[in-house]
Order: sequence, then C-alpha cells, then structure tokens
Amino acid sequence: MSDTTEGAFVEFSRVQKSYDGETLVVKDLNLTMPKGEFLTMLGPSGSGKTTCLMMLAGFETATHGEILLDGKPINNIPPHKRGIGMVFQNYALFPHMTVAENLSFPLEVRKIGKSDREAKVKRALDMVQMGAFGGRRPAQLSGGQQQRIALARALVFEPELVLMDEPLGALDKQLREHMQFEITNLAHSLGITTVYVTHDQTEALTMSDRVAVFDDGRIQQLAPPDQLYEAPQNSFVAQFIGENNTLTGTVTEVNGEFCKVKLDDGEVIDAKAVNIDGVGSKTQVSIRPERVEYNSERMAEGVHTIKAEVLEFIYMGDIFRTRLRVAGKDDFVIKTRNAPDQVRLKRGQQIEIGWLPSDCHALDA
Amino acid sequence: MTDRTTGPDQMTGATPDNGMRNANRANGKPGPMLSADGTPLKRSLRRAQRRQKIRALMLIAPLLIFVLLTFIAPIADMLFRSVQNQIVSDTLPRTVASLERWDGQSGEVPDEQTFRALYLDMFIAAERKEHTRLGSRLNYELTGVSSLFRRTGRDVDDFGEVYEDAFNDLDPKWEDPTTWARILGSADWVGEAEGAEAPGPDFELRDDVASYLPLTAELYGIFAEFIQTEDGDSPMEEEPWTLVYTALYWDLQRQGFAYSGPEADLVRAAAQAASGFENVSLKALFIDSDKDWGDPEVWATIKTYAPEYTPGYFLNAVDRQLTPDGVEKRPANEQIYGILFQRTIFMSLTITISCILLGYPVAYILANLPMRTANLLMILVLLPFWTSLLVRTSAWKVMLQQQGVINDTLVWLGLVDDASRLVMINNQFGTIVAMTHILLPFMILPLYSVMATIPPSYVRASKSLGATNWTTFWRVYFPQSVPGIGAGSILVFILSIGYYITPEIVGGTTGTFISNRIAYHISSSLNWGLAAALGSILLAVVLILYYLYDRIVGIDNVKLGG
Ligand SMILES: Nc1ncnc2c1ncn2[C@@H]1O[C@H](COP(=O)(O)OP(=O)(O)O)[C@@H](O)[C@H]1O
Ligand SMILES: [Mg+2]
Repeated sequence: MSDTTEGAFVEFSRVQKSYDGETLVVKDLNLTMPKGEFLTMLGPSGSGKTTCLMMLAGFETATHGEILLDGKPINNIPPHKRGIGMVFQNYALFPHMTVAENLSFPLEVRKIGKSDREAKVKRALDMVQMGAFGGRRPAQLSGGQQQRIALARALVFEPELVLMDEPLGALDKQLREHMQFEITNLAHSLGITTVYVTHDQTEALTMSDRVAVFDDGRIQQLAPPDQLYEAPQNSFVAQFIGENNTLTGTVTEVNGEFCKVKLDDGEVIDAKAVNIDGVGSKTQVSIRPERVEYNSERMAEGVHTIKAEVLEFIYMGDIFRTRLRVAGKDDFVIKTRNAPDQVRLKRGQQIEIGWLPSDCHALDA
Repeated sequence: MTDRTTGPDQMTGATPDNGMRNANRANGKPGPMLSADGTPLKRSLRRAQRRQKIRALMLIAPLLIFVLLTFIAPIADMLFRSVQNQIVSDTLPRTVASLERWDGQSGEVPDEQTFRALYLDMFIAAERKEHTRLGSRLNYELTGVSSLFRRTGRDVDDFGEVYEDAFNDLDPKWEDPTTWARILGSADWVGEAEGAEAPGPDFELRDDVASYLPLTAELYGIFAEFIQTEDGDSPMEEEPWTLVYTALYWDLQRQGFAYSGPEADLVRAAAQAASGFENVSLKALFIDSDKDWGDPEVWATIKTYAPEYTPGYFLNAVDRQLTPDGVEKRPANEQIYGILFQRTIFMSLTITISCILLGYPVAYILANLPMRTANLLMILVLLPFWTSLLVRTSAWKVMLQQQGVINDTLVWLGLVDDASRLVMINNQFGTIVAMTHILLPFMILPLYSVMATIPPSYVRASKSLGATNWTTFWRVYFPQSVPGIGAGSILVFILSIGYYITPEIVGGTTGTFISNRIAYHISSSLNWGLAAALGSILLAVVLILYYLYDRIVGIDNVKLGG
C-alpha cells in the first residue's frame, strides 16, 4: 500500500474514479490535509469536485487508489460509520421533520440520551443564531435560514471533518458573502477540518487556507490563495483565478529564474520561467492587469516597456479599466487605481506600458 | 414535499424580511388604489379576472356539456330511481285513493267499494298492459303478487259481461256503438265523426253528460282515447269495453239519478230496468279469479307502497323491509346485502394492501434505477394495460382452476395430491389474486412518480448523519413516499370497490362484489330501484371513506406526481 504522510488527517492517494469504465472523471488525485485546515476544491462544472467529495463521504467508491482518514483507509467503511458531517447544495433538510427534529436525528441514531440531545440541539441552533426556529418546518424558512440549519445539522454531532458541496450556490450575493464569513468563523473556532467545494473563485480565495484548483479530473494547483493568484503554476490556473492577460510566444533564452520570450509579433520580453519546456518551446505569458503601469512617472526601476494603443477607457469609480492593443492582440486589459494625479487616457492614444519581469509568468502553452 | 429551493423572496410566512415589508406597506397612505384610468384598482382587477374566467369556462364548456348530458344527468336520474315509486299510484289511482279509508291492521279485506275501484284500475291497466309491470314491482315486496296480477289481468275482461248482456238483452240498440257515441259525445264531434274514416276526430265529451253519468263519462272518455290512439279505431264503430257497461249500470243505480239528452228514452228505460239486473259482487269475482285477493296482506302491501316516494329500495338494500307495522328485518335467508357490502369492503382492503406490499418495492426499484432501465421496466408494468381486461382475467382462470397450470405443476412436483387439488378460483382467493394483478399498475404509478421526486440527497444526508440503511429508509425515505401510498390506495380501493368484470368471471358465489349484484338487478331482475339504492349506498360508502381518509391522512398528503 501507499506510504501515509505523517500528520495528515485526510489523504487521497493516487485515487482514480470512472463511472462508465471508459472515461476517468478523477485522474490520479493526490492530496493531504492536516487537521483543522479549511481546504477548498475549486474548478469548473464537471471537473470532478463533487465526485471527490462523494468518495470521501463514502457514496462513491474509488475505482483505484486509497482514501485515508486519520491514517486509516476508509474504502470499506460504509458512509454512516465514517462520522463525516455534510452540507448539501440543496440543504437536504428532511421536510417532514421540524428543524429541531432534523438536528436531533444524528444524535438519536447515535443513541444519545434525550436531555443531552436537547442541550446539543439548542447549542447548535444558538451557534447559527436560529435558536427561535426549532419548531418550524424547513419549508417555513427562507433560503438563508435553511442554509444555517443545514450547517447546524452537519455540526451538531461534532464531526471532525465536514464536507460542503456548493452550500451557498442558491443564495443571493449579499447573503452569500455574509454566510462565507460565518462558515469560516465557525470552522476555525470549532477547529474542524473542512473540505469545501465551489466553482466561485472569490468564495474560494476569501474562505480557504488552501485551494485545490480542479480541472479535467486533476488538481492543477494546490496552494494558499495568495500564491494561487500571484504565482499560478499553469495557464489554466492563471486564467481561472482572477483576471489575466496572456501573450503567446516562443522561449528564446533561459537564464536561471528568468527567460526571454519572443512574442508572436517579434517583440522580445523578459519573463519569469515558471512552467516552460526550455528554449524553442511555445509559451503563454501571463500578466495581471493591475501590475501594468502606463504612467511613466510611476513606473518602477527595471520595468519592461512595450508600445500599446488605447482601444477603450472605462471609468469604474475606484479604478480605470483600459483595453489596449498590445503585440497584435486586442484584449489586453489594465487596471489602474483612481489616484488624484492619475492620467486619464483617450481612445486611439498611443502610449507605452511597462511591467516588472517578475510579474510576468511564462507558463505552458 | 419536493425539495424546492426557497429563495428569500418566495416566503410568505412571518420571516423577518416580510415583517419589514408589511411594516413598509402599513406606512402607505390609506384609501382605495386607482388604476391608470381612474377606476378603482380592485374593480378593474375583478373585471380582468372575470374575462379570464369566462374564457377558461368556454374552453371547458364542450367537455362540461358532454359530461353533464351523458354522465351526470343519467346518474342523477338513476339515483332518483332509488326512491321513486309512482308506478303504484299511477297504475291503481282509484284503488290507492279508496284504500286510504281502509285500516291495514284490521286483518280484514277491504270493502266492495275498494274492489270496484280495483276493477276499474285493473281493467284499464290490463288494456294498457301495465298490470304486469306493477305486478313485478310489488313482487319485490311480496312474492306471488306478480302471478296474481297476471291471472286477474286475464280474467278482468269478463267481470262486466253480466251487465253487457243485460243491457243488450234489454234493448239491441245498446249493441250499436253509435248509440254510446251519441249519448256521450258532443254534438259537434258526433257530426264530424259520422262517416269519417277511422280513427276520426279526437273524441269530445258532451258538456253536461258528466253530471248525469259521471263514471260512464269518465270511462268512456278513457275508452275512446285508448282505441283512437292505440288501435286507430273510431268510437263510432267499436262497442265499448264491458267496463263501460258496468259503469253505466252503477251510474243508473245511483241515488237521485236523472238524465236529459240524446237517447233519453233509451237511458231512462235502462234506468228503470237496471234495478232488476243481477247485482254481482266484484269482491267475489276477484277472489274467485285468485283467492289471494282475499288475503289482507296483499292489500297491505299495495297500501304500504302507494306513496310516490318510498324508502323501500334502500331498506331492501340494507336487508330491511317496510311492512304495515313499520321497518323490519328481512327473514334471515333473504339477508344478503349486508354480507355483500362487508365482503366488498373487506376484499377491497385486502386487494389494496396486497397492491401496496407488491407495488412498493417495484416502485422503489424503478425510481432508483437509471432513467433508461427504469423506462424499460416501466413498460413491463404498463403491459397489462395494453391487454384486454377480459383476456387477463381469463388467463387467471386458466392458471388457477383445478385442472389449471398451477395445480398441474404442484401435482407434478408432488407437493399436492392429485385427489386434493387446491381450489383457487370461483372463490375469494381467486378474486383477490386476479384483481391485485389487474390493479397493481394503479398502485405502482403514483408510488413511482412520488418516489422519483424524492431527491437522493435526502438518503445521502441521512447516512452522512450516521443512520443505517434501515433507519434511513424508515425515518427519511418512507415518510416522504407516504403521499404516493395514499394516492395509490385511494385509486386501487375505489376502483376495486366498484369492480365488476373480474369478480364476475373468477369470483364464483363467494367472491363476488356488490357491483355484481347491482349489475344483476340492472340487467336480469330489472329491479332498477334496488340497483339504484345499492349504487347510492356504494357511492355514499366511498364518499364517507374518502372523508375519513381526509381526516386521518389528509388529502393534501396525496400526490399523483411531481
Ligand atoms: N452518477 C454519475 N454517473 C455517471 N457520470 C457521472 C455521475 N456523477 C457525475 N458524473 C460525471 O462525472 C463528471 C464530474 O462530475 P462532478 O464530480 O459532479 O463534477 P463537479 O462537481 O465538479 O461539477 C461529469 O462529467 C459528470 O457528468
Ligand atoms: Mg458538483
């Protein structure tokens, strides 16, 4: 069997999953989580996030590989013995039970005494500020309230691991932001280990200790949010997280950490060699819009400058958003802060823009 | 409940948000809201809604009219028959009136006057051939009345011959139809009718003849109308019924008889002679024709069933009968309907429970299989629907009979001795087996459509919360499938309580339902009143059960689909 990582609470080891025996939905998944971590699986729809979660919960079996919980393989433990709390996207509150009965259910099946049960239910309801709603039916609650109850139900039996599959997907934006905050607070204050699934990158970035970016059944990158944003490991991650400009070209020279890239229109730029195959290989260069400067007075030492033409200048209040033609491409976007002395551009204006080579990542093509 | 996601705006209850909304609304200015053109908003809303309603009504109007004419009206008429009883007073109006003076408990036969009334009614009914129908009607209440009426109906023609002969012997003119026509017909009518082709103009009574010869006038009028419309003959050419001669005799015998008009001499001569005619007792004639007329019970039955509306059919349907002494239990050997109702309900319940037990697992599997496989299996469930009911039922006959497939197999396997083959058909067992099979789809379909809407996430949630498979099923899945059981049970129970063909074919005598008895009364015994009463009781039982079901389970707990 595989060698377990020391101190890992949850571990996926070379896990594969296929539903139909023809295509792999999850391809070679390796993941370790320490106790108490809040980890988010982020990825486009159909990338296999839910499948991973279901394998962990025991509702799907891995076609290959092993899943370990607290160092013990759980492949053969039925779901109801895994002791994992779950929050479903549609909440899955039992409609024929009241809120209190819903919360009491996991305690009853664990044969916990009545007075104990009532105390725990009350504590869980208070924890999500729903103390007054114990007698209601789920259908009598609003979406946000149902969400809280689902959360309370998943936590009431004090599991060490909680899984949440897009739990905020059905809420409106404001409520969602509020709940994000509450969930992370709860998770951290209770010290539970959380696997959270979402396709919303903002949610992932704001809530998590680490984010696993899924695509095509693989983890593309597993890193804390800031690293993910600032140092994407491949062009999928760069594109998927935040706004991003890409320029395509060929690597002409590699020296240590940096390399030279000859863009498609002949211009040669310096870039950080993050994920390239060496001299002569195709590459996509990724630059964040807010790391590009056009005001020559504000440019830092050592920036690389390049000519550009203004196609669009949008005033957005706190920032200006400018679309440029750079190196023959029309979709180069830059964002600049609306400072008192900031220059405003006009359409058709010819300007020079610059960025630091360290903000410019040469990634796979 | 399906798992509809309740967004924050779909709430109508007392959520904090709604409380705020209501508060905002309450702050608005009072007074009616006006629409753009100044009419009160409520009124324009109502107008708009009325237009919508009318359009909706027009769309369903064809179906509504169709159902009303071909379904509701006949059923209402049929139900009405369960209390309708005009036949007695329509056929024997004079007898019924005369019997009012008679005391049913006296133990004596009514007086001569009542027999005279019966003679008149019976004679006319016999001419119109209505007496046998009345005989069968009263036979439901007292056996033997049917043959009594048939026999007397034949004899009653001859009762008045004595008087016919007496008048004819007195003066041959009485043998001439025109004599009668002139005495009783109006001058205008006589003028027109003379020489006219039969049946001639409609008969008209002479204005004052009814004051001299009331009974004769009345009966001659009936006679004239009858032969004109039924036989197409003219009263100018047809000798009157012997009944009319009898009536004339009675008129002439009346106290203070006087006459003026055509043939005054002839009539007066007859009046003189009449006292010398032989006075026959109709009571004697009737009892002579059939001694049952001397039985007070026959008369009591006629009197008891004289009213135009009767609870008799309903009493009959619950094994009671109406007697002159009030409502009584029928004799033990005639009490069949109570047993039949009980059996119908008991067997319907058994069938419903069998359907639940057999259908629930099937529906569960169907609802939890992948769509494509489920559709394929669903065809198998629906297959019985595409086969004729008769074929399916007959197939059960082949399977279950003593020389049938199942018995043969059991004997061949040595499980059952050849001499003691199992009796599985023409009894309750056969009916229950065949009907469970036939009604099973009605249980599976609603169950399936309810189960298909139970999201698998409930089951997963339950297991993730630590519940075993059984606890998950019993506490989470089953309660949510109850509406399907409710819908299926109502369907199956109501269908089976009124089922007819299958029990008829495989039920024998112990496995038949109340509906088979209803069908028997509709098509064989022709006792439609009793059939209607049984049907009404069946309908009432279903409605009561439906009501109880609503009280116990709740009708909103019934779902036929998503
Ligand atoms: N029960 C299933 N049977 C067959 N294919 C499935 C099943 N569940 C998911 N899939 C397929 O697996 C892939 C990954 O699905 P899922 O894990 O739900 O993705 P995500 O949650 O990231 O949107 C999808 O292509 C989906 O069609
Ligand atoms: Mg998913």
